[in-house]
Amino acid sequence: MSDLLIELFSEEIPARMQKKASEDLRDMMTAALKEAGLTFEIATAYATPRRLTLTVTGLPEKTADISEERRGPRVDAPEKALEGFMRGAGVTRDQLEEREEKKGTFFFARIEKPGRATTEVVAEALEATVRNFPWPKSQRWGDGNLRWVRPLHSIICLFGSAIVDLEIDGIKAGNTTRGHRFMAPEAFEVSDFADYSAKLLDAKVVLDPAMRMAKIAEAAERLAAERGVDWVEDKGLLAEVAGLVEWPVPLMGSFDPSFMEVPEEVLILTMKKDQKYFVTRDKENGKLAPYFITVSNLEAKDGGAAVATGNGRVIAARLADAKFFWEQDLKGKLEDNLPALKDIVFHIELGRMSDRVARMKALAGFLAEYIDGCDPAEAERAAELAKADLVSGMVYEFPEVQGIMGRYYAKAQGESDAVADAIRDHYAPAGPSDACPSAPVSVAVALAEKIDTLVGFFAIDKRPTGSKDPYALRRAALGILRLITENDIRLPLEHVLGLAARPLKPYLELHAGAGEDAILKHLEETFEQHLLPFFADRLKVQQRDLGVRHDLIDAVYAKGDDDLVRILARVSALSAFLDTDDGANLLAGYKRAANILKIEEKKDERSYDQAADAGLLHDPEEKALHGALATATSDAAAALNAEDFEKAMAALSTLRAPIDAFFDKVTVNADDAAVRENRLALLSEIRSAVNTVADFSLIEG
Amino acid sequence: MPFQKMLLTLQNYWADQGCVILQPYDMEMGAGTFHPATTLKALGPEPWKAAYVQPCRRPTDGRYGENPMRLQHYYQFQVILKPSPENMQELYLGSLKAIGIDAELHDIRFVEDDWESPTLGAWGLGWEVWCDGMEVSQYTYFQQVGGFDCKPVSGELTYGLERLAMFVQGVDNVYDLDFNGAPGDENKTYGDVFLENERQQSAYNFEHADTDKLFEDFKKAQEECAKLLEAELPLPAYEQCIKSSHTFNLLDARGVISVTERQAYIGRVRDLAKGCCEAWIKKNGWEV
Repeated sequence: MSDLLIELFSEEIPARMQKKASEDLRDMMTAALKEAGLTFEIATAYATPRRLTLTVTGLPEKTADISEERRGPRVDAPEKALEGFMRGAGVTRDQLEEREEKKGTFFFARIEKPGRATTEVVAEALEATVRNFPWPKSQRWGDGNLRWVRPLHSIICLFGSAIVDLEIDGIKAGNTTRGHRFMAPEAFEVSDFADYSAKLLDAKVVLDPAMRMAKIAEAAERLAAERGVDWVEDKGLLAEVAGLVEWPVPLMGSFDPSFMEVPEEVLILTMKKDQKYFVTRDKENGKLAPYFITVSNLEAKDGGAAVATGNGRVIAARLADAKFFWEQDLKGKLEDNLPALKDIVFHIELGRMSDRVARMKALAGFLAEYIDGCDPAEAERAAELAKADLVSGMVYEFPEVQGIMGRYYAKAQGESDAVADAIRDHYAPAGPSDACPSAPVSVAVALAEKIDTLVGFFAIDKRPTGSKDPYALRRAALGILRLITENDIRLPLEHVLGLAARPLKPYLELHAGAGEDAILKHLEETFEQHLLPFFADRLKVQQRDLGVRHDLIDAVYAKGDDDLVRILARVSALSAFLDTDDGANLLAGYKRAANILKIEEKKDERSYDQAADAGLLHDPEEKALHGALATATSDAAAALNAEDFEKAMAALSTLRAPIDAFFDKVTVNADDAAVRENRLALLSEIRSAVNTVADFSLIEG
Repeated sequence: MPFQKMLLTLQNYWADQGCVILQPYDMEMGAGTFHPATTLKALGPEPWKAAYVQPCRRPTDGRYGENPMRLQHYYQFQVILKPSPENMQELYLGSLKAIGIDAELHDIRFVEDDWESPTLGAWGLGWEVWCDGMEVSQYTYFQQVGGFDCKPVSGELTYGLERLAMFVQGVDNVYDLDFNGAPGDENKTYGDVFLENERQQSAYNFEHADTDKLFEDFKKAQEECAKLLEAELPLPAYEQCIKSSHTFNLLDARGVISVTERQAYIGRVRDLAKGCCEAWIKKNGWEV
């Protein structure tokens, strides 16, 4: 048994790719080892900015020998057949053995395949891994053709303490590597993984990313405590920063508190995204503190003073730029930006941003009627100003703070909090886990924004296909669903979508043909065939993630309702009902009735969808069922009208016993044709009674 | 180290590495990459090493001289090494050392930044180089130019000279940079040399540039470029491409090009650039 050590040493690997690359190296290599029949104990991979490392312990020296016996032709078979057999088995005549069996005497060959040296398997596997490595982006360099994420400089490949013979495009595997680029640049030899990781540590390289992260967190915590502020931990940033250094040295820097007048979202964005700094907060009031933590890759000879000062200077310049935009933007009013929205094309086929804003404004005003506590005038005002910050200096420079800046500028010009907040919130929710707005005006504008997007792009036939969704329409639909359902908004969705489509008419000639009629027809088709099914589909996807069965949504959706809140209440009641004994039995009874009907209706080539004739009922069980159906149907209908879905289900549950009794005692296919017809009609009454609540034929199980 | 000394030091350093030292191209351009010594020379099989200073014009970055770091006119120092040598990172770090950046005192980092020029139809992989958190250079391995594979691969280094000088001199405001290092009255700062230029050119870029004329210029440059390509003269054709690109940048600064139109304009410049690269390859008789 020996251990394998591999290191692929290159120029700096992008931080975001390191984790997956180390896993890919491990998985590709171990798959190839297993494929060759090699077993091992543990495979562990590591990444630093300049190296991917893999260690595999407990590998045998070679793969197992294979010994196999093969039966050939009978001894009296023609010579040709014997020759073919010997060729296939790779043996000569004198290696064959004759053996008598029941069916005659046959030739036998014994084939011995000696195991392959593990080093040979490793060399092949590593070359294939390097050549086929799934980097998100790779490059060539110099004169060569090899592709790697950045130029690849050297390879360590040690099995035991011996170098594996391997060369890839002129890079010969060896046993040397280098330490930290600046603190230990000399090459050194290693003998195995223990030696390798110990020497790397001496050479100022922490191989394990988890250890680098722990070192950073520990030091950042300490630096912040020394300064009396709180370090804001950020897992994503921590992983990224750990991918930028081989020897992490966190340092604290500061910036002029006068920059704090700039909104903190912008300050944080600049520090985090542009400079990869951790931010700190005041222990008392939780406000952003004028200190940051940067992670350098160096134990500088002055203790890091120059590095901290340099970083402080950079952030000062960046914040000065942000402050410049903030002050410039505040010189004017947010509403002064509105004319400039005419100069921004929203989409070439859907008009300019000013057109979109006009549509959103009308829609938000209309939606306000359906949202408790929403002032239509405020909703319209917020929609009107929602996009005005797009032409501000700050958003031009930092697009990520769109909406956020709009809120600040709206407040600065004296808009109400509800309007200002709605401007900030109207892009939300951006995904399934993003916070969903709940303030009434925010909900109205957020809905208007997404409905305009969705209806617009569907109307010009830019629907998502497969994995392609360039206008993020799935996200828009999910946002609409979440806004409606999480805020219990009772909205006639189809009607609203139709309303949103109205102002789009002038843009649709290209897709619909000329004339009002053609456009209306195009819209109708778009809604029927694409938009509404798309919504149903998205509703199922969204609810599936919440554990709701898709077939129940189908069963309720088939009733043609477009009030999502009502649909979901109905689904929830249905789901609870089907979980009870009564529900499960009723479903079984319904399926039985529906099946018999289907068969008989097909056979007789007619429908039995009709009321049963009370005069033709014979058996007590069918009379009882008939009575129960009448009661249940009217009770269920009344309950549905009152939107009391539990009660509607309870009404249906009274049918369970009479249905069971009916199937127990009554023969549907009676000899008397009239009686048979009447019993089939009774079954059809079961079907329609149950279907008043949901289309049970779509329910699985 | 004064600004001009730093520039001369870099020139000498790269001259010692065997680079052809060129002077700035005599046309307005947004980046040193546009210089034919980079764009066109990155194509084809012939080895090529060059270094030069290129004044860059970025009309939208003008701040009327009021921002300590942003300029609509600044200098790039550009190095192109083809094929990219094995020790290119070491050579680059050597150049930083030459201008006085001590790697045992300052935190130098290679941070992922893939380069793409939509107007040149070019892309490469590489980094922005950070020195104590400040981006001081762009380092790229060219993979394609004008839509054509670069083979061999050129390594490109672009130093932002003002930023680098601010770093080296420890100055917070670009206009405070010591330009010539002369003592007393003879000393000139970067502001002495360029502040008034920033003020006037910002006003021109944002307020006075005649957009009708610029649209006309763009059209003319496009037509001229097409004509020259037909005449199989890729070098003058490429100059028209440079001109159209800068004209587009001015129009952009004037805010008269919408987001969607923007893509269309960039596409037009790219088509010109691709045409020039293709004609250049043909003229040299290289295989594509």
